[in-house]
Amino acid sequence: MPKSGSTPKITRRTALAGLSAGAALLAMPRLGRAADETIRIGFPTPLTGPFAAEARDQVKCAELAVKLVNDKGGIGGRKVELLVRDDKLNAGEAATRTLELIEKDKVHAVVGALSSAVQLAVNEVTRARGVIYVSISQSDTINEAKDFSKYTFHEALNPHMTTAAVARQTLKKGMKVAHLVADYAYGHEMLRGFKRAQAAIGADNVGEILHPFGAADYSTFMPRLMSMRPDVLCISNFGRDQANAIKQAVDFGVKQQMKIVVPVILHNQRLAVGPDVFEGVVGGANYYWGLEAQSKSAAAFNTAFKAANGGAIPTDYGAYGYSGVGSLLAAMQTAGGTDTDKVIDALEKLQYDLTKGPQHYRKCDHQSVQSVLVLESKKKSAMAGDNDLFAILANDTASDDMLRSCSELGHAT
Amino acid sequence: MDLSLIIMQLLSGIALGAVLVITALGLTIVFGMLGVVNFAHGALFMIGAYAGLYLASLTGSFWWGLLLAPILIGAFGMLIELVLIRRLYGRSIDDPLLLTFGLSYVLVEGVRIVFGSDGIPFPTPPQLIGVLDLGIGFFPRYRLFVIALVAVVLLVLWLTLEKTRVGLIVRAGARDPTIMQVLGVDIGRVWLAIFGLGVGLAALGGVLAGPMRSVNPEMGSLVLAEAFVVTVIGGLGSIVGAVVAGLMVGISISLVALFAPEMATIVMFALMAVVLLIRPQGLFGVRGRTA
Repeated sequence: MPKSGSTPKITRRTALAGLSAGAALLAMPRLGRAADETIRIGFPTPLTGPFAAEARDQVKCAELAVKLVNDKGGIGGRKVELLVRDDKLNAGEAATRTLELIEKDKVHAVVGALSSAVQLAVNEVTRARGVIYVSISQSDTINEAKDFSKYTFHEALNPHMTTAAVARQTLKKGMKVAHLVADYAYGHEMLRGFKRAQAAIGADNVGEILHPFGAADYSTFMPRLMSMRPDVLCISNFGRDQANAIKQAVDFGVKQQMKIVVPVILHNQRLAVGPDVFEGVVGGANYYWGLEAQSKSAAAFNTAFKAANGGAIPTDYGAYGYSGVGSLLAAMQTAGGTDTDKVIDALEKLQYDLTKGPQHYRKCDHQSVQSVLVLESKKKSAMAGDNDLFAILANDTASDDMLRSCSELGHAT
Repeated sequence: MDLSLIIMQLLSGIALGAVLVITALGLTIVFGMLGVVNFAHGALFMIGAYAGLYLASLTGSFWWGLLLAPILIGAFGMLIELVLIRRLYGRSIDDPLLLTFGLSYVLVEGVRIVFGSDGIPFPTPPQLIGVLDLGIGFFPRYRLFVIALVAVVLLVLWLTLEKTRVGLIVRAGARDPTIMQVLGVDIGRVWLAIFGLGVGLAALGGVLAGPMRSVNPEMGSLVLAEAFVVTVIGGLGSIVGAVVAGLMVGISISLVALFAPEMATIVMFALMAVVLLIRPQGLFGVRGRTA
């Protein structure tokens, strides 16, 4: 703050000179600064809230992907910068942050979001502005013609392929299945996936209970779930909801009567409630560090992550951050820059193998075709170390057959 | 739908209500006696859970954690009263509200720095693992223990307030602090003890909730909202109100969960809205009270 009396005088002459110089400066970059301009990737993710643990891993892995590219000299000599924003797990907040990233920070592409509902909000914004968006959390809707655009890419697994893989490992003809489902897009889509898989296998649905998103107490649902007498209980929720729901189901003795199955078994939530609670729970996953025994890509990814994070291991949702950003940067590398149409073309043709084996984006809906893991949480006595959480029950290799057909999703084929 | 299912559902509602009662009680006592709306109550609940877990792992026994955490955190509450809240008595009700609101952020962030922001497992004490066969169904032993313990705490609290000299001073102090000072009672010490008690109850709620949920820095925020709903329904400052409303909310959530599970969270706010429309001062509140 200037002291009173020392206010600098602005004459009309200096003001005019300053203004025109400013205008010239503003106009210049449009003409020729492209060569040394950094490539900016927007990264909205819920750093606060019940999915915070998974979100932080996403950021660490996304940063790793950026670092590896920068260490090799960037893309066409341009450095890459990751702009992380907290979307607070709120669709409105995510849309605002994304718009800001596009309008103010002039990002060249957006990667991120960790909720099926929030990613649709981000997608709305990016497709309206013609900016590439690589979604890295589960959703079926985002691939359907209604929400899809040529700018939309989905790196994560989707509920259809995840639930099908899990059901194949856990359900048999004639089994009775009950569902406890988070009452929002993720839960609804997982339930739909499980029911479709159940019908194909010939298992019977004995009931489903929707619970409010972010609930801390699940005890009130347990007596009714147990009175349904199912063989399998599918708990379709995410983040801390998963930890709390499984913990309380186990408290009520659910595991003595039925098997607990989840669409996506979360590394961080297993850590949050301990081995005894999760023992025997089966769920799907995009990634597990223990894959390194059978995959060179996983071993390389683990090594790079450990080196950058003081020996810590990467987790499931973290791996999405790495492959989401990594695949985008690989496509930019091929396209020789950030020209949107060229990058889209490169992404559609890209064959990448960053964490677990070959992957590619299917042309019609930009869904990443990839392997699906099915994991079982280990008994405490069977754990070889603190990080030895899961046994790999299945590693279904990537194939277009896992996905719903392009025509079913409403895409012209 | 058979009767045994409804009884089981009632029981889980009471267990849920018991934790609500304990936390809402601390909130309502502090408001009723000191006129302080303690927005840090949820954060202190969370600190209680962490302290319980820490002390339990230090001593190797859940019971020491359960006993020591409320005392320790209660003492910490007294320190807060002494250093921070005390300066704000006699000022508008917003001042302590804003202070405690800020304090809750400091506490949550502090825990994030010390213990990390991921959830930590809080093992159920080995004696209380598993379920008890009630003849009509199975119910977790730990939740039955919570119901029993809360009943005992309530009884002790009621006896202290109604039957002892200390209780008499506390009740009189809430009515008219000036007269109490004229009569030679050091009202400052009473207030100190009351704030400590309120915070101790929050911590006790946290330790009790620990083994039922995973322990994380944000676990208090939802609890704070629930505790406020309970105190508003019961009447701000009313102890009986907190007990009745806590059980009422727990049972309503539980019964609604049976018929319309997706409405389970909304029901307590609906209940609050109805009570506010019919009896704005709450079920057991005193009309026009400004504390």
